[in-house]
Amino acid sequence: MSVRDWTYAIVVVSFALYIGIAIWAKAKTTKDFYVAGADVSPLANGMATAADWMSAASFLGMAGIIAFQGYDGSVYLMGWTGGYVLLALLLAPYLRKFGKFTVPDFIGDRYYSQSARIVAVFCAIFVSFTYVAGQMRGVGIVFSRFLEVPVTTGVLIGMAIVFFYAVLGGMKGITYTQVAQYCVLIFAYLVPAIFISIMITGNPIPQLGFGGQVAGGEWLLDKLDGLHQELGFAAYTEGSKAMLDVFCITAALMVGTAGLPHVIIRFYTVPKVRDARISVGWALLFISILYTTAPAVAVFARTNLIQEVEGRAYSAEAGTAKPVPAWFKTWEGTDLIAWRDKNDDGLVQYRAGAPFEGKPAFVEGLGANGERLVANAKTDNDNELYVDRDIMVLANPEIANLPAWVIGLVAAGALAAALSTAAGLLLVVSSAISHDLLKRALRPDITEKGELLAARVSAAVAVAIAGVLGIYPPDYVAAVVAFAFGLAASSFFPAIIMGIFSRRMNKQGAVTGMVCGIVFTASYIIYFKFIDSGPGSQDRWWWGISPEGIGAVGMLLNFAVALTISKLTPPPPQHVQDMVDSIRIPAASRKEG
Amino acid sequence: MGHCRVDGLSLPPVGNTLEAYPHPPLHHMSNKPQAHTDYWRANLRILGCLLALWFTVSFGFGILLVEPLNSIRIPGTGFKLGFWFAQQGSIYAFVLIIFYYVRRMNRLDREHGVQED
Repeated sequence: MSVRDWTYAIVVVSFALYIGIAIWAKAKTTKDFYVAGADVSPLANGMATAADWMSAASFLGMAGIIAFQGYDGSVYLMGWTGGYVLLALLLAPYLRKFGKFTVPDFIGDRYYSQSARIVAVFCAIFVSFTYVAGQMRGVGIVFSRFLEVPVTTGVLIGMAIVFFYAVLGGMKGITYTQVAQYCVLIFAYLVPAIFISIMITGNPIPQLGFGGQVAGGEWLLDKLDGLHQELGFAAYTEGSKAMLDVFCITAALMVGTAGLPHVIIRFYTVPKVRDARISVGWALLFISILYTTAPAVAVFARTNLIQEVEGRAYSAEAGTAKPVPAWFKTWEGTDLIAWRDKNDDGLVQYRAGAPFEGKPAFVEGLGANGERLVANAKTDNDNELYVDRDIMVLANPEIANLPAWVIGLVAAGALAAALSTAAGLLLVVSSAISHDLLKRALRPDITEKGELLAARVSAAVAVAIAGVLGIYPPDYVAAVVAFAFGLAASSFFPAIIMGIFSRRMNKQGAVTGMVCGIVFTASYIIYFKFIDSGPGSQDRWWWGISPEGIGAVGMLLNFAVALTISKLTPPPPQHVQDMVDSIRIPAASRKEG
Repeated sequence: MGHCRVDGLSLPPVGNTLEAYPHPPLHHMSNKPQAHTDYWRANLRILGCLLALWFTVSFGFGILLVEPLNSIRIPGTGFKLGFWFAQQGSIYAFVLIIFYYVRRMNRLDREHGVQED
């Protein structure tokens, strides 16, 4: 069987599995639809959370980002895992005790304010759509690369699948398909990683191979540092970002992770407070399997890339130098690699800096060595090679000469990662509209049946909008991902934390805090991403903090404003204070007080 | 908790939220049992210690102290210690912190008689 046959076979089987689960786990009540009946086992919830959390970007992009950023890429590793400690210790058990369906539910009830609820609804919808556009695009791209169908067709197939289990099954359908998707994606990630680890270091465990030796006895990391310095890159293990910026980005990602609505609602789905605690533990354990493998894959792929490509001849006939490996040309064919022979020696010269301006714009015709030509303006450094970072995961099976079915598996894994995240996000949008906006604000007298129908209809509409965003991605998608984390960090996280840990926090404080946090963070991101985003704008960043990291400052601002205002205004009503007392304990004490 | 007052607008009880509360909530702060106050204080102490640990392994070892720690090698591996914490060690520590927290809290719940079931 060819690579394409295998890919088709594996993708079709995995999709059939997801649809089968969706039919089995049909939602019958709104409680099924919003929180899977709140009877998911902690272990299953942990797996579902892990699949929910790990997106197309985690699966395909993260190892690549780390491979190109070295130590600086650690912000994603620590940021996207450390947030789970905050979730487990500060949020999940208390929100489970609160025991309703959504994040705006908590904000609206705790701050006894309809306007706070509405602000939360819009933040939740905005954050989720920001995120989901990238997922649907990811589905389309995987289809087009592996199955040679147009991106649009790929997005439509992805929409159909998500539509099926999100609209039919709601949270219940999503949860159990995510369990299956986690298994598919982690297997697909580990198999090539293990083989590459064996190939490069002789150790089957990537996390150990990472710190292992290459043939000849040199430590892999030392060898990579050496290669980097030879070619003019910063040392891989040292990085080049300012420490304060690394600190702030990590903090914003951690706090943003803990404040993302699609992650938080997962902990409403388990039966008990105790289950909510342990399911965060399982979730992080399952996530950490991929997250500790990714930096190892990054080092293997980076070392391999430099060794196999740098100084090689593009064409086999060029003369004395060894030719580039076959995958080089395969990926050049899919626009992910571009080579521009600046010095006309027929050899690939890989150095620091961009080889030309922007992403490669391929034109008709071939160069002197048979390479594809690009129209981009040349830069004046020595680098001749453009490599898309996604290649680090996609090309692994070919680099390691793995059988065709592994490539099919990687495609299915990437689809599982994208679909599971998309479904979780769409559910947030659907419940924000049918539950928070309709049931809790506009039409409190809506029947259970009416609400369930509204939930399905809004899920269907959300899927359609997500599909459109996937087919016609707005140019700013990459830029607005910083928004999702920045907004979650500067709005939801402080509001929820203070709602639990400060009985005295009132609506005046919380709402002013949220508004200040959001306005500050959003203005900073908009200013430095869209208005002053050219070269040199980094010199004007406040305290050297990038737009990605500013959510951490927005969060502090939110806390400071909220605490000050609440001191100057009356305390919340008694029933709200009682609610705070009640969510702080798993169950009323049976001991004498 | 069956009804919620929101900006002076009283919403009717939401049918299926009642069953989401496995136990009836407390009614008056003044009647709050001492056990609950003690439990909350003990909980905050545990949180404080674990968050200090969380901060140390990530922001401390992985970022602020990464350069001095990079002069140390983990014996038998190619890892510089600071780099290892930033890309591996902090994540392992996070997992351990959460599982320890779960065990400790389950015990604390029982000690204060606030466990479920």
